Amino acid sequence: MADASYPDDLRYHPEHDWARIDGDVATFGITWYAQDQLGEVVFVDPPEVGKTVSKDEPYAEIESVKAVSDVVAPLSGEVLEVNELLGDAPEKINDDPYGDGWLVKVRLSDPTEVEELLEREAYEGSLT
Amino acid sequence: MAAGAETLKRTPLYDRHVAAGARLVPFAGWEMPVQYTGIREEHMAVRTRAGVFDVSHMGEVETTGPDAERFLQRVLSNDVSKIAADGAQYSVMCRENGGVLDDLFTYRHGSGFLTVTNASNHERDLAWMRRQARGYDVKVHDRLADYVMLAVQGPEAREMVARLADAELPARFRTARMAVAGAPGVLVCGTGYTGEDGVELLIAPGHAHAIWDALLHAGATPAGLGARDTLRLEVCFHLYGNDLMEERGPIEAGLGWCCKEDTGFIGADAVRAVRDEGPAETLAPFKMTGPGIARQGNPVQGGGEVTSGTMSPCLGIGIGMAYVPVEAAEPGTAIEIDVRGKLRAAEIATKPLYSKER
Repeated sequence: MADASYPDDLRYHPEHDWARIDGDVATFGITWYAQDQLGEVVFVDPPEVGKTVSKDEPYAEIESVKAVSDVVAPLSGEVLEVNELLGDAPEKINDDPYGDGWLVKVRLSDPTEVEELLEREAYEGSLT
Repeated sequence: MAAGAETLKRTPLYDRHVAAGARLVPFAGWEMPVQYTGIREEHMAVRTRAGVFDVSHMGEVETTGPDAERFLQRVLSNDVSKIAADGAQYSVMCRENGGVLDDLFTYRHGSGFLTVTNASNHERDLAWMRRQARGYDVKVHDRLADYVMLAVQGPEAREMVARLADAELPARFRTARMAVAGAPGVLVCGTGYTGEDGVELLIAPGHAHAIWDALLHAGATPAGLGARDTLRLEVCFHLYGNDLMEERGPIEAGLGWCCKEDTGFIGADAVRAVRDEGPAETLAPFKMTGPGIARQGNPVQGGGEVTSGTMSPCLGIGIGMAYVPVEAAEPGTAIEIDVRGKLRAAEIATKPLYSKER
């Protein structure tokens, strides 16, 4: 498992999600802290492509050996792509939460919502 | 932190768990290690080498006195008279209506008996036994605080403990007293909850650190309650509060083998009636045949409910046990489980779900 890290180029949701913003498209995932709390991820139930996700609402489920958790959308929009790799290798969420462990790519319906997300420093500060 | 966290009990080895990097969680009133490095890794260590679990939250009840055997024959479902001088025996404790109060291992212990309770039931068991003890010349002693219990499990577990012991280890379902890692008077029991070979050690708290340290030094992997749960479920051992409960009896739980109604135990008439008529539902193991992992409380389509469910580290699929109608309990029967609103495909399987020979 990777060491704790919170990249500077991401925006964070207090429910331990990250978003990588690229124009009006964002990639979502869960933070190092979230995967550490969950333990070894064994199954991901992603949303369907084309589905609408809403900021602060659950859009996917992640199962660890022990329990299941909802994943909350950090921003609103339409799912453009889901990370198919997680079907066979859900542990990528533990190994590489900001890289191969990404969950979905979303076309943002309201890019101004980005302003409500936390910078790395504020998010990391919230963890202590 | 959960409300009331400050009142959680800690085992004498709490400092060792912290030192080993445990994630500690509230469990049945105790602050217990759920995992150290990860459930899957600890699980595989037990399946392939040896792991050590601190299960000191489990209770011990000692029964002494001239009527000890006759009394336990009344409160426990199995034939207590069959426990050899160095023996161990599994049984359930029932209410009059046959509902299961607890499942327990009982060892002969000097002139009396030592019965191991589930942490969540210990106080209730103790109260129940004391209430039932009226009219018997027995004493029912609470020994929970007098023992640290370590389970050393895995294909290398016995050899590891044997090298630390000053006497030969007891066989399966037998017990012996010996020094382990220099600590005298350890009660070594050939029992476990993982489906692997191994022993359980009942240790005076003052000696627990020496034995824990010696086991880790010998190469045992500290394993938490998370791995304990996945290990026991792979081999279909019951967990009280999941698969066993007051609302259900031992026959439907598949525990008729440890009920000897002729001994006249409390609940024997109710158990016999269910055995004769056949239960409406029975506890059946299942494997997921598609995506998803069923969990405790998920309804089974057509009737029934999942009581335990997890991802099997050895099989790589979702597994579990569910109470289902008897007619739907045949191995190979396809079932659907409502997993948080989605119907997931599974199949009734045979016990154990995992075995080495496969």
